Amino acid sequence: MTQHDRALLTVAGLTRRFQGLVAVDSVDFTVTPGTVHGLIGPNGAGKTTLFNLVSGVLAPSAGSVRLGDQPLDGLAPYRRTALGLARTFQNIRIFSEMTVLENVMTGMHTRLSSTWGILLRGPAFRAEEREAKAKARDLLAFVGLLDAADTRAGDLPYGDQRRLEIARALACEPRLVLLDEPAAGMNPAETHALLGLLRRLRDERGLTLLLVEHDMPLVMSLCDRLTVLNFGRRIADGTPAEVRAHPAVIEAYLGTGSHDVSVSRGAVS
Amino acid sequence: MWEALDDFYWTYQSLIHGIGVNGILALSVYVVLAVGQLSLGQAAFMGVGAYTGALLSVKFGTPFAVSMLASALVPALLALVVGGPTLRLTGVYLAIATIGLGEITRIVFLNWDYAGGALGLSNIPERGGVPAIYGTLAVLLVGLTLVARSRVGRAMEAMREDEAAAGVMGVNLPRYRLVALVVSSAMAGVAGCLSAHVSSFIGPNEYGFEAAVTILSYALLGGIGSPLAPVLGSTILTLLPEVLRPLADFRLMVNGLIIVLAVLFMPRGILPWRIARTG
Amino acid sequence: MLEQQLVNGVVLGATYALFAIGFTLMFGVMGVINLTYGVYFALGAFAALWSTQGLGLPIWAALPVGALVAGLIAVVLDTLLLTRLRKAKAPELASLMVTLGATLFLYAGMAASLGTEIRRFPAEVFSGGAYSLGDVRVGTTQILILGAAIVLMLALLALVRGSRIGLAIRAVAENPDAASLMGINGALMLRVVSFLSGAIGGAAGVLVGLNFNAIQPFMGEHMMLRGFAVIIVGGLGDLRGALLAGLLLGLAEVLTAAYLSSTLKDMIAFALLVATLWFRPLGLFGRAAAKRA
Repeated sequence: MTQHDRALLTVAGLTRRFQGLVAVDSVDFTVTPGTVHGLIGPNGAGKTTLFNLVSGVLAPSAGSVRLGDQPLDGLAPYRRTALGLARTFQNIRIFSEMTVLENVMTGMHTRLSSTWGILLRGPAFRAEEREAKAKARDLLAFVGLLDAADTRAGDLPYGDQRRLEIARALACEPRLVLLDEPAAGMNPAETHALLGLLRRLRDERGLTLLLVEHDMPLVMSLCDRLTVLNFGRRIADGTPAEVRAHPAVIEAYLGTGSHDVSVSRGAVS
Repeated sequence: MWEALDDFYWTYQSLIHGIGVNGILALSVYVVLAVGQLSLGQAAFMGVGAYTGALLSVKFGTPFAVSMLASALVPALLALVVGGPTLRLTGVYLAIATIGLGEITRIVFLNWDYAGGALGLSNIPERGGVPAIYGTLAVLLVGLTLVARSRVGRAMEAMREDEAAAGVMGVNLPRYRLVALVVSSAMAGVAGCLSAHVSSFIGPNEYGFEAAVTILSYALLGGIGSPLAPVLGSTILTLLPEVLRPLADFRLMVNGLIIVLAVLFMPRGILPWRIARTG
Repeated sequence: MLEQQLVNGVVLGATYALFAIGFTLMFGVMGVINLTYGVYFALGAFAALWSTQGLGLPIWAALPVGALVAGLIAVVLDTLLLTRLRKAKAPELASLMVTLGATLFLYAGMAASLGTEIRRFPAEVFSGGAYSLGDVRVGTTQILILGAAIVLMLALLALVRGSRIGLAIRAVAENPDAASLMGINGALMLRVVSFLSGAIGGAAGVLVGLNFNAIQPFMGEHMMLRGFAVIIVGGLGDLRGALLAGLLLGLAEVLTAAYLSSTLKDMIAFALLVATLWFRPLGLFGRAAAKRA
């Protein structure tokens, strides 16, 4: 139970039904601090639903989610952000009319506290705004977007928008970052750069990541631990090497006709 | 020289008042649009503010400052009752509830004998005038500019662009929607009070559907990239029928057409410049 | 006398239900609150008025003319106003605003070209007399209104729930992209729905115009408040909910006018709307999904 006690994220018996269909079926797993934890499975396995349950976009039918010692059940997404949960979206959702810098500063919303200072413009307000700007620039430098700070976010190339979304999530000062298919739509070079960035998040910033991803080479080389879902159930849990050798996983990816070629190739090679 | 200025003022008095009052109304609808919601109750809030302020001044002789304060508070309370329950639902519900509010306030004013019924209220004392109207407009312009350039301004724009993403950034969506609606209704109420005290008469049919849509057209024509844009929109639409006399008869049709064209072809308005959201 | 009030209430409620069912169908399938709906209502009434006055048609023939005209105008307006936004997958409020601007334009245009005075159907329309059942008097016009409203509503429900076209419409409502993958012509289905709801709105206009014998351009604007109340109370997009809520509102209004005050009558719709938002925001049946046509 020691590992359980130290867990940053604890998912217990999490279930979600949609009109008779059980999308997520009493799933348990824990995420250890300072690791990259992957959530994989064939299309329709319930990964995105699980993500939405953890981030609070959907309410579970049963089960619970805990961040450290803090139960998250019933909390709106914005409360979870304040408690240290950040996420990115599968289809990039940056604020495209705002500048790159403003996007990152929006991520700091729960960490800033000015109220009347906004109208009075006293020294405290100005100091907070200045600090926020400096922090946002640091984050942009970290993801390699500092030169684009004043660009309209919607004008960035695709790969850079992904990086901006990650910088914006970091601005929430999270304990855990949920990444929903961060490599989706990226070319091999962009994926490679992303891999480096995610490793640096763990190694240089000590962050904990939970990601859903279809790109198996990326998952296998990045993740410390994997949880595999199929038809809403957890079918395996362990290190990439353990999972790769797990008969239920091979069955799931090859047996019942998953058409996701890149997935099946990655899982067995 | 002064005489000429004086002449000008007396000739165009109501137009000068109108530009200022409509500027405040444009800002009031801007506040709601800026968080990605749509209120069609601005005319109703204005009417409630106008009746509140005018009734206090006419029947109780309260000081103008008190009338102004009450004309901000009463519409704000109404906004809580009508808009409050919609804030956890999608924007469609607020739009519907506020259209309904417009129709119902007209019926109430029309049947409220104490407030003059169909005849409306007349002999409202002349108070405030140009200094109060343009002072309020200036204060609101500065205040809203400061708000835009802060974490609140960033949160508001984030909501307008992508509510779910803004929520994930930690923005308390229901609270922001509620505060925006309440502030905007108070602003519209104040505009109503100011306008009532320079026109000496108000009637039950001045605050209906047409007025609500006209107020919306100010912000849609001007744009909502900065607080200046809706005021520019309202100024143009207030001046237009004066400059192009033949258009005056088709004022409502023009306003309607402007909304259609603005949403379809000019979603950023005629002043697309957007204010920086950092302090 | 209660029985007489109940009869009047049911007749009024049936027109409200008919009005709202077309409105809520449009929302359920297209996901847009289309405010031009009130215009179809008024135009349907005017078309029927012209066909009785100008062409000398009997009212049972003028009703389909009103519905047809309103339905065709609905298709044209929907295509002009909403196609572009639909393609761009614009947010629902943008669509609402476009229809709002168009509504102001059309009302102002109608008022300018048709005048705002109240017009009435020719006297021979009402020559059918009345039946007495004990103390209750039921006019032939009332029977016609009630009968037409019921037939139209049942026909619409049968079409949407029980036919191939209805299945296609529901598929488009559920998921337009998936429907088009299954070979359903989504654009065509949207036109069909526009036509249907416009025609229903127009027919409601004829019947309401007949019930009060008063037709003028802004009749749709005043009806919209009732329409909103009924579709919110019934649950947005819920056809059966609209039917029930419409009847309820008609009865409540007639009984209030009879036993309390006629001023209060006009406030019932709004009171029901706000109360529903506070206590039962998803409507009478409280089904969660917005799209349930």
